[in-house]
Amino acid sequence: MMEIRAFEEASLPYFQKPGHGSHHPCIGHEAIEAAIGAVLREKDYLFGSHRSHGQLLTKGLDPKLIMAELWGKTTGYCKGRGGSMHVTDWSRRVLPSGIVGTSITLAVGAALAIKLRGSDEVALAAFGDGAANTGAFHEGLNMTAIWNLPAVFVCENNGLAVTTHFRDSTSVERVADRATAYGIPGRTVDGTDPLASYDAVSEAVERARRGKGPSLIEAMVPRWKGHAAWDRGRYLTEAELEEMQTRDPLPRYRKYLIEEKVLTVEEIESIDAEMRAIMEEAVRFAEESPAPPLTKEEAIKYVYI
Amino acid sequence: MRMISFAQALVEAQREEMRRDEAVFLMGEDIGYSGGSFGATAGLWEEFGAERVRDTPISEAAIMGAAVGAAIASMRPVVEMQYLEFLPYIDALVNLAAKLHLMSGGQILVPLVLRGPLGAKGGNGAQHTQNFEAWFMHTPGLLVVMPSTPYDAKGLLKTAIRDNNPVVFIEEKTIYFTQGEVPEEEYTIPFGQADIKRRGEDVTVVATGITVRRALNAARLLARDGIDVEVIDPRTLVPLDIDTIIESVRKTSHVVVAHQAPKTGGVGAEIVAQIQEQAFDYLDAPIKRVAGLDTPAPYNVELEKKALVYEDDILDGVREVLA
Repeated sequence: MMEIRAFEEASLPYFQKPGHGSHHPCIGHEAIEAAIGAVLREKDYLFGSHRSHGQLLTKGLDPKLIMAELWGKTTGYCKGRGGSMHVTDWSRRVLPSGIVGTSITLAVGAALAIKLRGSDEVALAAFGDGAANTGAFHEGLNMTAIWNLPAVFVCENNGLAVTTHFRDSTSVERVADRATAYGIPGRTVDGTDPLASYDAVSEAVERARRGKGPSLIEAMVPRWKGHAAWDRGRYLTEAELEEMQTRDPLPRYRKYLIEEKVLTVEEIESIDAEMRAIMEEAVRFAEESPAPPLTKEEAIKYVYI
Repeated sequence: MRMISFAQALVEAQREEMRRDEAVFLMGEDIGYSGGSFGATAGLWEEFGAERVRDTPISEAAIMGAAVGAAIASMRPVVEMQYLEFLPYIDALVNLAAKLHLMSGGQILVPLVLRGPLGAKGGNGAQHTQNFEAWFMHTPGLLVVMPSTPYDAKGLLKTAIRDNNPVVFIEEKTIYFTQGEVPEEEYTIPFGQADIKRRGEDVTVVATGITVRRALNAARLLARDGIDVEVIDPRTLVPLDIDTIIESVRKTSHVVVAHQAPKTGGVGAEIVAQIQEQAFDYLDAPIKRVAGLDTPAPYNVELEKKALVYEDDILDGVREVLA
């Protein structure tokens, strides 16, 4: 969780200046992301969204190589061809996608492949509440349900689809209620609580791994930063912003760890300092890394194999 | 040699590739028990079962997205879209299949085939009568195949299934029941090799799909008037074998490009542009495009024909460039 927060806080300022690509910070989503990473095995598939940095880090990717990809450098995971919404390490089976809802159908297909190959992996799709209103969500959940595929759908509900409030865009109180329509389990969990999130994800993943079929998890999270780096959040009232910041998952879990004597204040501060140092170094690495050769030939590399 | 239909050729290609490689599976609407709306999967459900010949819900977005998901997870899906006009699949085709290889810096392969009917069947109305192959050609990352004979269909579909790029395989609707010679023994046809369907000296006609057949009929009629027509079928639009076309143009100096798709922004426009870039000095007359009209297809069958390209249209086009 601290790694994800440190990554976002180190990288975000660079994307608030003109001339850079996109950056959708996942600040506020750290607990559910950490839970996903803690549950999934290396060979499990994770399909992420445009807001994917936490999904990448939780799958064990190297912050330096993610950062270099955000900077469009050859040292990045995709050699500067992907960018923030498309950082991919396929050896770790993590693939985000910038079109809202596509992580869902990709997970359907990977889960189908797992079933056809007869292996015991799981495909997990992470997406936002906006994706719950796409056709891909409804088609995808129905398809995995009828075929009983090893898939898990995690809706990170931060209450905002770009600037549109959940209450103005969605016909039900809870996204998890939609699971009933497809005859699969659905539950809502506090996505700022890493332990509750872990339990929910773990239950769904194990269910899928045992061949019992897909589940839908709705993880409630805040988003007090904008949709993307450019966004100043003018569609939120001061009261709404303040309410969301009270749900910051980090101080709460810190307090829990100290109270339960898992870690001391000093240990937590030391981890925090270490993470911030790693991210500073990652930014330096990204800045100092070479750009791809700036030629027409390079621009069309990787169109076909 | 034995004669089989275009649809039977597709069945054979898929059967052979499914026997050859366990990663190959089929998915689509009504392809199992009923064998596909145009019979292009007939008998495969019986041989391979419902796991590998997979009937889907009417969920074109999920079918295509799932095909990409399966392809990148070590399978080789062949998707039959019941009609290529059922467009919810376009997002996953364009935004996932065509782009994941590049966006991942070459890490991800998307070995899938999207195949299905496109074009006129006669009186299907405007939604079920379209030729937008130019869209696919205009989407870098996709390979685009448009065969005109059962022989080509079989050999090209086998190549498509083995290729590690996403391939769109276009079957014009009236072509399914056409017959042609197909050998019993195995063969494949490489992409990017145009086929000269008829050799001639006076004029080059470049035609695609069902229009190749009409161009050959027109060529036979023109031969009676002493006009010797060369008919070239590119077979694959991406990659496009422009070299074979240019070689022909240098010989004949007169060119007609013919297809069913609407004229504006069509595949023909691209072929004409490449010819003028590479062989302008060899041309004795402006190149003629004989193409569909820029309209949604009208329902009335006879009126629909007026919007499309038949032998007479090609005859007129050839006479015009030779005049």
